[in-house]
Amino acid sequence: MTVDPITLTVIQAGLQQVCDEMDLSFSRAAFSPVIAEANDRSDGIYAADDGALIAQGNAGLPVFVGTMQYSTRTLVEMIAAGDVAAPEPGDIYIVNDPYLGGTHLMDVRFATPLFRDGEIFCWLSNTGHWPDTGGAVPGGFSASATAVEQEGLRLPPVKLFKQGVLDQEIFSIIKSNIRVADQRIGDVQAQAAALLVGQDRLCALLERYGDAQVAAAIQELRARAETQMRSCLDEIAPGHYRATAYVDSDGVVNTPLVIALSITRDAAGLTFDFSGSSAPCMGPMNSVRATTLSAVYLAMRHIFPEVPMNAGAFAPFTVTGIEDTFLDANYPRPVSGCAAEVSQRIAEAVFAALVPALPDRVTAAPAGTSGNFALGGHDPEKGRDYVMYQISGGGYGGNADHDGLANGCSTIGISKAPPIEIMEQAYPVLYHRYALHEGSGGAGTQRGGFGLDYEIELRRGHAKASFVMDHGRFGPQGALGGCDGGINRVTVWQDGMAYTPEHLSKEQDIPLAPGDRVHVQTPGGGGYGDPLARDPALVVEDVRLGRYNPPQARKLFGVMINAATGDDNAECTETLRAKMRATRE
Amino acid sequence: MPKSAPEPIQTPKAAVAGIDVGGTFTDLVALDAHGRLQLAKVPSTRANQAEGVLNSLAAGGCNPADLSLIVHGTTTTTNAVLERQLARTGLITTMGFRDILELGRRTRPQAYGMHGTFSPLIPRDLRLEVPERMDSSGHVLTPLDKAAVREAAKTLLDAGCEAIVVHFLHAYANPAHELEAIAEIQSLWPNRYITAGHQLLSENREYERGVTAAVNASVQPLLDRYVQRLAATLAQKGYPGELLVMNGNGGMVSAAHVAKEAAKTVMSGPASGVKAAAYTARRAGIANVITYDMGGTSTDVALIRDTTPSVSNEIDVEYGMPIHVPMVDVRTVGAGGGSIAKINSGGLLDIGPQSAGATPGPICYGLGGTDPTISDANMLLGRLNPSGLSTITGEAQRATVEGIFETEIASALGCTVTQAAAAVIQVANTKMAGAIRMVSLSLGTDPRDFALFAFGGAGPLHACALARELNIPRVLVPARPGLTNALGCVVADLRHDFVQTINTPLKDLQPNEISEILTAQTSRGKRLISGENLPATDIDTLYSLDMQFVGQTHLLRVPLSSPYIAQDALQALFEKAYYDRFHVTLKDIHAAVVNVNCSVIGRREPLDLSLLFDPAKRQPTLQAAQTGTRDVFFDDRWHTTPVYERDALPTSFTLTGPAVIEQLDTTVLIPPGDQSTPDEDGNLIITIGSAS
Repeated sequence: MTVDPITLTVIQAGLQQVCDEMDLSFSRAAFSPVIAEANDRSDGIYAADDGALIAQGNAGLPVFVGTMQYSTRTLVEMIAAGDVAAPEPGDIYIVNDPYLGGTHLMDVRFATPLFRDGEIFCWLSNTGHWPDTGGAVPGGFSASATAVEQEGLRLPPVKLFKQGVLDQEIFSIIKSNIRVADQRIGDVQAQAAALLVGQDRLCALLERYGDAQVAAAIQELRARAETQMRSCLDEIAPGHYRATAYVDSDGVVNTPLVIALSITRDAAGLTFDFSGSSAPCMGPMNSVRATTLSAVYLAMRHIFPEVPMNAGAFAPFTVTGIEDTFLDANYPRPVSGCAAEVSQRIAEAVFAALVPALPDRVTAAPAGTSGNFALGGHDPEKGRDYVMYQISGGGYGGNADHDGLANGCSTIGISKAPPIEIMEQAYPVLYHRYALHEGSGGAGTQRGGFGLDYEIELRRGHAKASFVMDHGRFGPQGALGGCDGGINRVTVWQDGMAYTPEHLSKEQDIPLAPGDRVHVQTPGGGGYGDPLARDPALVVEDVRLGRYNPPQARKLFGVMINAATGDDNAECTETLRAKMRATRE
Repeated sequence: MPKSAPEPIQTPKAAVAGIDVGGTFTDLVALDAHGRLQLAKVPSTRANQAEGVLNSLAAGGCNPADLSLIVHGTTTTTNAVLERQLARTGLITTMGFRDILELGRRTRPQAYGMHGTFSPLIPRDLRLEVPERMDSSGHVLTPLDKAAVREAAKTLLDAGCEAIVVHFLHAYANPAHELEAIAEIQSLWPNRYITAGHQLLSENREYERGVTAAVNASVQPLLDRYVQRLAATLAQKGYPGELLVMNGNGGMVSAAHVAKEAAKTVMSGPASGVKAAAYTARRAGIANVITYDMGGTSTDVALIRDTTPSVSNEIDVEYGMPIHVPMVDVRTVGAGGGSIAKINSGGLLDIGPQSAGATPGPICYGLGGTDPTISDANMLLGRLNPSGLSTITGEAQRATVEGIFETEIASALGCTVTQAAAAVIQVANTKMAGAIRMVSLSLGTDPRDFALFAFGGAGPLHACALARELNIPRVLVPARPGLTNALGCVVADLRHDFVQTINTPLKDLQPNEISEILTAQTSRGKRLISGENLPATDIDTLYSLDMQFVGQTHLLRVPLSSPYIAQDALQALFEKAYYDRFHVTLKDIHAAVVNVNCSVIGRREPLDLSLLFDPAKRQPTLQAAQTGTRDVFFDDRWHTTPVYERDALPTSFTLTGPAVIEQLDTTVLIPPGDQSTPDEDGNLIITIGSAS
């Protein structure tokens, strides 16, 4: 059956609408601010036979671009093998096992089959980041876990809803193993309700256009997305493109983890070869296969956002060489850092490899860390325990068109940072500063954006500070001659003494007493192009605004600022730049 | 609202003019003392909008000396913010926090693509810090250094600042430091352009409060000068009354007061359009309406529930630019008549987001446009009359448009030019319908329970198709779709909105806490309204609470019928509202009240909208109102379609589609199967036939 191109477009918009309405429904009804405010969730439609992505909501968290097709495929395979009970209408499976097509344990996936005339037409699935799934630390981001059991409760695929009815026995097991359990029923209802919304809307689409025509359209749309992605790839000249990116450490063993990427562009498309990357690690900075693949897709979607998201768009991509590396960890390797940190380093490697091939499209490296600082303690004034999260942005990379954005959110996220005033209301902390991380933008013709610089004081009670960040050792990479962005710095002031975590960007449970302070500077973005080619007037403006100081202007950009007037001393700048260029050669 | 309860209609005793300045046109709707109508549409004058205002009065034959009321909607502030053509403004803020306005909330403009820029309203060198600090309960941790405030103000003055913002952390909890700082600044600042962060809203989010204050300060001098100059010019020309300016909440304030809260005038144009829609629909007996305003570059959508436009305190005028004052919740959903159609590399048809805008505009305007647009497709399908679009002769224009559709679209899709044009319309309608659905759902409503109110130059062309797509049973096309914003100025109320954040669980509420806040807000609003030099026939008060379950972040608005309500009744009201919205009952979780809201509305004398038609132009029968026929393409084939002149339509008729109704400011399209009748005011009420 062929579908005319107009009906095809209309069905494509219809499928997209189904997913967008699922996203909306999930967020509006969810309790957890991680889902409701930060949109740490995603909804989509997946193929009945192999779980291939048919459509996914536009408002989903970017890190989930590719993951659910793997979790759905695994579920389909386990059902076929008889390892999981066969689906009946109204069933909803729950699963958060990272090794079965997941991310970290906190990302809990629901999946339900859509039956038409007794056959499964497709699967609807969504992922929501639960604020807690048990484990050693509240929230699940243990910087020093060495096995997945320490990270939380691991659920194999089981039917949480049987023919539309919540299985109270399974739910009570879950509730007994997670923190702040009483509010989770709200999230579970919201997550299930989103799938029902999707079912209703998708059935309406099927009624209108006919199951056979929609099925044919899905096939055709997949082929078209592949065509579209391939035509985008025509911008990349055949050849090899290489890059290396580093994770500071795994949080347990203090040596950098290497992501070695070699991309081959040929008639088959793009092959991403990660062989030579570090072996699976002791600490939680392992990635699982689904997250690694998703990180590659996410990076490509950042580069070619116009291609519709379905399995066809990913077809030209092959990922190889991840076996036996920390990018394809197996049970029981700890994985809590995979979605928040490792995925961003993988994306950075993709950006760095492809920026020479796509200089107008790809930016220098963005800050690329979720900047997770957790403070847990007891507030004697309110008489209760608390866990506070400060998730921070950083600078984006310079690019062909403009300087990088300051304090942008992580590559894999789209969420807003919480207001300081609300943090101070909820937790016994006082912010002393929330400012631009001056000097952190990587120098370039277009410089990187600036990171964030904040300092927080504990006002009362004792507490423990934990950090899961990155780029403490190496700044986000500059591109095409640009310099790296400023590194992430963590300093803990205990009783007036400065302490720097041994792993720089990661440490668990640093004790704090009232009056102690935490000072964090997040990374700036990488610079783009030769800094000596930057318009001196722009450097003067940055200095006038205090973003760089005059010595930085001189050292990084070769611009001499007249101390009396604040203007560029054009002659001296020219001489200095000529000298710097000569020294380079 | 039952149709059987018409309002008492009086001929207005006063001559009144509503003037709305839009991006392209300045529109006038005026009624003289005898109830005679004058309409005008003249080009906007961007450099000095006042010129366009005076031109519109002249074009409408209005002598300012004969008017007793002029109400004005302006884009002065919106344009100033979007184009960053702002007064030089300085900021004095808490030590350590001058970068709040530049750091934002850590986001990016689009989910995909690591690009984007952001330019703060106040540059870093004009953001100065002084020692002071409150904690979140409003207790002083560091006293205010007044000498530092004076020093900073002098520095900003020397740096050429005209306006100044004082924005301290936790000023919503205790504004003492901001008030003390203002007092210091007043002693040396040469003008009144001083804004305190807590003054426009008392909300605990430093970025949103700071941006709102910064917007206010940096547009204040511009708006003040503009409005004062316009008021003076009008006075010179003999206008005896007070100039009133539309606010984004759909109410209006006097020129003398408007600049003080200048940020509230952002979005005033779209808000007055929705206000007019609410007024028109209420008179037509339709309580629930989705407004659909399709113009040249974009489409705006808003919701009216129980005759009241939805208001939001959380509108972003662009990326990273939140203005948190109550404004009519108008959402821009994309496509306009100028949106460009193209075939993507996957071989599928895409519409927008690129737009041909007003210049060069669609090809059919004959102004040099070469990209196929929605308007061009409408022209090719006979829906738009080519001779009405361009000074160039229709046939030559048509050939050009056909040629471009052939090469750009039809050849790639393997279809005829007509089919290509129909595809452009179909895809555009599908996407717009989807976007309208998302707006409606995000506000917790099902579009099927609403009527579609179509206005703007292109709205009535697409409305019936969209309604069919959305299962909306009825479309209302008002008398003057292209002048709706100006009409909003004429029918606007005096309105003041108050929001107080209390953020308290129900169980911790003091017995009279809510009623005390609401009654205080009410009397403040009444005082403000009686201070305006304008008679209000009636004062309405709307009460509501923004509530949530403890632990949740989204707010649900719960209307109250009176300020006096018991706590257990509140829990029940909230649970019901929650169930209506999410179909979830959560009995064991406690509710909290976040915001206490009150709107005090001074209603003005009702306006008889039937005056919008000149009885002299009216014909006794449909046949007499028909100007001819033309071929229009619907549902895969051409239909010989009668064309009518809107102003000539009789007071009673039933018109079954296909039909085209033309008027100066728009074209109304009635597809086959849909049926239109006029109501008493002359609105077209179109009943959508079953889906074809």
